[in-house]
Amino acid sequence: MKEMPPILSDATVSPPDARGRFGAYGGRFVPETLIPALDELERSWKEARADPRYREELTELLRTYAGRPTPLFRADRLAKALGLSGRVYLKREDLLHTGAHKLNNTLGQALLAKRMGKRRVIAETGAGQHGVATATVCALLGLECIVYMGTEDVRRQSPNVVRMKLLGAEVRSVDAGSRTLKDAMNEAIRDWVTNVRTTYYCIGSAAGPHPYPVMVRELQKIIGEEVAEQIAGAEGRLPDAVVACVGGGSNAIGALHRFVREPSVTLYGVEAAGHGLESGKHGASLAKGRPGVLHGSRSYVLQTEDGQIAEAHSISAGLDYPGVGPELSHLRDQGRLTVLSATDTEALQAFQTLARSEGILCALESAHAIAALPRVRGGLIVVNLSGRGDKDLGTVIEALK
Amino acid sequence: MSRLSDAFAAAGAQGRTALVCYAMGGDGDTAALLEGIDAAGADVIELGVPFSDPIADGPVMQAAATRAIAAKTTLRDLLSMASRLRLRAPMVAMGYMNPIESMGSRAFARALREAGLCGAIVPDLPLEEAQPVRDDLAAEGLDLVPLVAPTTPKERAARIARTARGFVYYVSVTGVTGVRAALPDDLERRLAELRAVSSVPVAVGFGISRPEQAAALKGKADGVVVGSALVALHHEQGVAAVAALVRSLRSAL
Repeated sequence: MKEMPPILSDATVSPPDARGRFGAYGGRFVPETLIPALDELERSWKEARADPRYREELTELLRTYAGRPTPLFRADRLAKALGLSGRVYLKREDLLHTGAHKLNNTLGQALLAKRMGKRRVIAETGAGQHGVATATVCALLGLECIVYMGTEDVRRQSPNVVRMKLLGAEVRSVDAGSRTLKDAMNEAIRDWVTNVRTTYYCIGSAAGPHPYPVMVRELQKIIGEEVAEQIAGAEGRLPDAVVACVGGGSNAIGALHRFVREPSVTLYGVEAAGHGLESGKHGASLAKGRPGVLHGSRSYVLQTEDGQIAEAHSISAGLDYPGVGPELSHLRDQGRLTVLSATDTEALQAFQTLARSEGILCALESAHAIAALPRVRGGLIVVNLSGRGDKDLGTVIEALK
Repeated sequence: MSRLSDAFAAAGAQGRTALVCYAMGGDGDTAALLEGIDAAGADVIELGVPFSDPIADGPVMQAAATRAIAAKTTLRDLLSMASRLRLRAPMVAMGYMNPIESMGSRAFARALREAGLCGAIVPDLPLEEAQPVRDDLAAEGLDLVPLVAPTTPKERAARIARTARGFVYYVSVTGVTGVRAALPDDLERRLAELRAVSSVPVAVGFGISRPEQAAALKGKADGVVVGSALVALHHEQGVAAVAALVRSLRSAL
């Protein structure tokens, strides 16, 4: 495929409702100070989305700067190494500029920030991929960039910290709570509450208060739309299953959304089982959480009996988050999303298997999706390979000692 | 009809602006702290319910919540402690949505009433999401106190004020809780606008720590809220120091 399908397609517009609800999930649970800013953001997003110039500018950057469309690769040696009888295709979001799917979203949001006249952009990051993608587009568009990152993630994803700094961003480490993505997001929200008049908050997950979950999905759904065209070209049909790892859920909703309306396609989300689902040390909000309110929306949340947010655990920083986006929460309740999980050990094993069978070092996040493949049903499976693994080499070397 | 509204009216009848004092539940000996604040002359007391991820709070409140959670404080324990106190000032719970949702807002409202509290302030529950909680509290005769911010447009502020029971909480600064050297220049004008459209008292909070700041707001609002300054003082110096500050704040008002 040489050309991208059109972005922001109207064909797959579905929930949320006007209040940002996906069934029982979503909404806006934020301090009053932010409500007018969210109203402004929602208005500006709707205007931009409908403006051909915005679409053209975004399309051009996605094509010539980011490298869309990304390839769909038939991974026969991986399928064989995993003992699978069917065919497996990898959607190569790891080949997108900056090494992960995150740029699809940050390009769209930074263009929006510029339209809105906001020159100061803030972001939270876990694995650092969203932070790098935000720092990148801010450099490209001449915007100020501040990235909040938990000190634990600063430690384990240090290559990405260096990248952000080289791109001109300021990285602020957050030494609170579990010192990971959740705490970085708290601090970014506090910054936004304080500087809301001048600042654009660029959220990286399909989570947060409305309109973020729908906006991030709209900017990421190009992944699944490309997959649909590419697999039709290669196999002449829809896949039987699409698989993505789930942290906050941006790569998952981006890969899966196109196929929600295709009943023949089974949708799989693979969460981090950490040390095991029964260990209490995992990031499996959909499997083990309860509905709750975190970071501005109602969704599945890992929490204690009396409603304190629990600390998640995963070897991969991008899945080390106790919440998940509202749309995936809704799809889970509807039975449309099949939730699987993979442990730290399984993800490490899958990382090595993919490296040796196909010559691809993937992100530890994406390795969770690979690890779950033996539990996925269907003869034609597409896996979203959401990111590349350079950032994880330190963690992998340490874990394999 | 509302003990919270009445407390503001009673202070007003004495020619005073009401003093609203915050205490973080579970951060140290909360019963002694509440009794100390009450005896020192607070007109209304906010009982903070600690939450792990307080997005509207600055460092002082975050640290206090972290200590309270580390001490295994739960909402039910706090309410059971509160139910044994006999305070003069009416108490209102202040806490984030998730612990309320985890208990269920109907059960939460019932537990508040049984503990003798008068209502709740929920900083991450804006107008559009508030109705179920407001209704559940109202069914128990309790008030949901809404917040209005400096960024809230006038027309929206009026809509929020119309839903208010007990009082309206005006957030003085664009930002999180915590001590500020100075308050915004347009604060008086914003308070006057809000009082003009509100049928319930208006209290102003965020950033207020010193008696001089409180004195400058005397008569400009129906009440003044002091939070982080008391929480920090309690942690560093104990109940007697808190009581002394409460007394000097009260005499400034």
